[in-house]
Amino acid sequence: MTADTALSNSSQDVAQDGIVAELYAQFGAEAFTLQPTLIGMPVVWAAREQLLDIMKFLRGVPRPYVMLYDLHGVDERLRMHRDGLPKADFTVFYQLMSLERNSDIMLKVALSEADLRVPTVTGIWPNANWYEREVFDMFGIDFPGHPHLTRILMPPNWNGHPLRKDYPARATEFDPYTLTMEGQDKAQEALRFNPEDWGMQRRTEETDYMFLNLGPNHPSAHGAFRIVLQLDGEEIVDCVPDIGYHHRAAEKMGERQSWHSYIPYTDRVDYTGGVMNNLPYILAVEKLAGIKVPARVETIRIMMAELFRISSHLLFLGTYLQDLGAMSPVFFAFTDRQKSYEVIEAITGFRMHPAWFRIGGVAQDLPKGWEGKVKSFIDWMPKRLNEYQRAMMDNAVVRERTKGVAAYTTREALEWGVTGPNLRATGFEFDLRKARPYSGYENFEFEIPVAHNGDAFDRGMMRIEEMRQSLRIMQQCLDNMPAGDYKADHPLTTPPPREKMLQHIETLITHFLQVSWGPVLKANESQQMIEATKGINSYYLTSDGNTMSYRTRIRTPSYPHLQQIPAVMRGGFVPDLIAHLGSIDFVMADVDR
Amino acid sequence: MSWLSPLAVDIIIAVLKAIVILLVAVVAGAFLSFVERRLLALWQDRYGPNRVGPFGSLQLAADMLKMFFKEDWIPSFADKKLFVLAPAIALGSLLLSFMIIPITPTWGVADLNIGILFFFAMAGINVYAVLFAGYSSANKYALLGAMRASAQTLSYEVFMGLSLMGIVAMTGSFNMRDIVNAQTDVWFIIPQFFGFCTFIIAGIAVTHRAPFDQPEAEQELADGYHVEYSGMKWGMFFVGEYVGVVLISALIATLFFGGWHGPLLPPFIWFLLKTCFFIMLFVLIRAALARPRYDAVMNFGWKFCLPLTLLNLLATGAVILLHASATT
Repeated sequence: MTADTALSNSSQDVAQDGIVAELYAQFGAEAFTLQPTLIGMPVVWAAREQLLDIMKFLRGVPRPYVMLYDLHGVDERLRMHRDGLPKADFTVFYQLMSLERNSDIMLKVALSEADLRVPTVTGIWPNANWYEREVFDMFGIDFPGHPHLTRILMPPNWNGHPLRKDYPARATEFDPYTLTMEGQDKAQEALRFNPEDWGMQRRTEETDYMFLNLGPNHPSAHGAFRIVLQLDGEEIVDCVPDIGYHHRAAEKMGERQSWHSYIPYTDRVDYTGGVMNNLPYILAVEKLAGIKVPARVETIRIMMAELFRISSHLLFLGTYLQDLGAMSPVFFAFTDRQKSYEVIEAITGFRMHPAWFRIGGVAQDLPKGWEGKVKSFIDWMPKRLNEYQRAMMDNAVVRERTKGVAAYTTREALEWGVTGPNLRATGFEFDLRKARPYSGYENFEFEIPVAHNGDAFDRGMMRIEEMRQSLRIMQQCLDNMPAGDYKADHPLTTPPPREKMLQHIETLITHFLQVSWGPVLKANESQQMIEATKGINSYYLTSDGNTMSYRTRIRTPSYPHLQQIPAVMRGGFVPDLIAHLGSIDFVMADVDR
Repeated sequence: MSWLSPLAVDIIIAVLKAIVILLVAVVAGAFLSFVERRLLALWQDRYGPNRVGPFGSLQLAADMLKMFFKEDWIPSFADKKLFVLAPAIALGSLLLSFMIIPITPTWGVADLNIGILFFFAMAGINVYAVLFAGYSSANKYALLGAMRASAQTLSYEVFMGLSLMGIVAMTGSFNMRDIVNAQTDVWFIIPQFFGFCTFIIAGIAVTHRAPFDQPEAEQELADGYHVEYSGMKWGMFFVGEYVGVVLISALIATLFFGGWHGPLLPPFIWFLLKTCFFIMLFVLIRAALARPRYDAVMNFGWKFCLPLTLLNLLATGAVILLHASATT
């Protein structure tokens, strides 16, 4: 997809897109409403009754839509600007990905408040399971036919549906929180795991199963993640992941923070990714605002994002090997991360959460002497990476622990919405930086590392290879950093360039408004997908012509990766599960948002 | 002072020696916790504990203070008697094994003629510590750890015994002093190389040290069998593990590296140096290796180590018989 089509905003262009024509041919043009957006893919409204047929058609069409990339809802009740859209109180949207076409389609279903039901698509895409549970949890929309429609992020005894517009976003709008003894008992009881609820047996004629509660506090759970194992000896018969312990309502916060002041929240979504998280959000906002940033900004952003990719992968490598029982690598990896933080600190003034990208630019220009810092990091890393590979990845014990463990094929990966290095470890070469370049990645030379077995070992090796490629990209940034401004010359650039504010009273007022209210963006929808540290991360923003987002949907890679665990772990052993958890590279903040 | 007969004096001296060795063993074990942390830090490019006392040497005192004052909590759901008994066995059985180690020609607690067998017996009893701890804690992680520990120890003790039988056959005695004296010319590491290899593996396994720490496997079982322990009871498991390391190192030095034998330096120094070397090796192995999977450890024990020890024993026997028939 070129930048031109990505920015096309007329339904005329979209209707000529192959898939829309195919849909019209199959179901008739009157079955759909095309919505013009800045999302960069056809957005099609369809009737609930036809949803399953359309989904099956898209799944089976030549060059099929193999992956359910995202599924969520919108509370449309307070939305002002909905001209030409079907009447709806709530919307459920589905984003489907076709990798052969290298393009997506977004399907929307309008629902009325009196009848909040959509048939489940879990029969077509197994990974719809958690997404539908989340929509149920957040909006109270029912999915008849869903195998286990319960709350997923909120506790089972929670009242209300947090992403509804009539649900307050601030603690001050609630009554003071109280917890009585009965309340505590109830909350405790709600956490009790009931195997029967999940279709599990407590015993068969030969075996009494042990139900082991792993987490939410466990050394290898990488944060507050709980997974209940049904064990026969040490063999995992089945398991049920339980998430939501790290839920901070990042999406809800998007609806009450200005476009500008939401940036620091994005940093904390995947807290190992730093400014990498700013990128999809900022790019989506810039699409809405129509800002084109200077080449220097693009290159600085890429350099910082790749630096954070290395930092995140180093954390992965250290903890992954530690989960395998090797205690030393994590210390070396943290030494290397410190080196990366020295660069990050010098450039952004902060370490883990710099919140450094801005709408239309970055916070400051690169400081004097940044080249030396970056260069010393680029010189330092390669020999360390070789060392990790020799000492650990070539080690017989590590290989024995990871080769063939938790292996899955490309088909299974796509079925479960697996993206990023974990998808490429199965031998499928798909990297958004190459397939759909953003922020100027098309100007860089690098390779996409691919492995072939899709096991825990390959997932580890992928990261080492990716770090080498990231270093290559950083080297190119260093060699070819364009001169120019670090902010776009655009009225919506936030904060506006300082020199423009001191001209006369009018510019000062504009500046003042932009800083206090933040920019006001025209009503529209946009989305940006990026190849983040752990897979594809995207922000889907709906503007209603306001200073704040109407709906911020954050699709994170770790969420489907965790959902897939039971599918690959059945029949494995407890140590395999630990190896697999280590190899996924997930962050609970990224899962729960 | 007629009661102070030569016999009584001998007894008192022997008791004093035994107490000294006991104390040294316990303190060495506890101090090892500090040494290990410093050594690991050295190999991991960091400092380790260096705040308390010169070079952190008083870290042990701080750790002990902390441990003594910690709440000694027994879970209400635990089987109390076994729960208390387990750490006592863990430390006690290993300390008792020190009895048989001849430190120098004149120092040592007991000169048992069943020396090695006594060690095997104590190592066997040591399994109960883990088993009791895992069972009495009524915790699923502890139970899994105990299951792993008992299966592992059982399989590894089989060939641990066999790995030393070559030495016994060559010396013709179970007595540790006889074994040391038999190494005046050649250390047993040379004729019994495969015995050495398997013994060191089994030794690591019996002390549950990395990479054979599956029973505690922090990343998998969150410390396994002693997950419910705190305070001094936990401390006894902890020190017990280090005492085990000292013990196995001392045994390796004694059985395969000529014990106190060595040129120039006094016997005690030789014994100390050799033991320390193997202690360091234990720590280095922990720093360097990942943890193999539990079933791989079992396979390795039964399918590789056991046949190897048996072959070693057969070969040793054949050589001894050939030698005997040649000399007669």
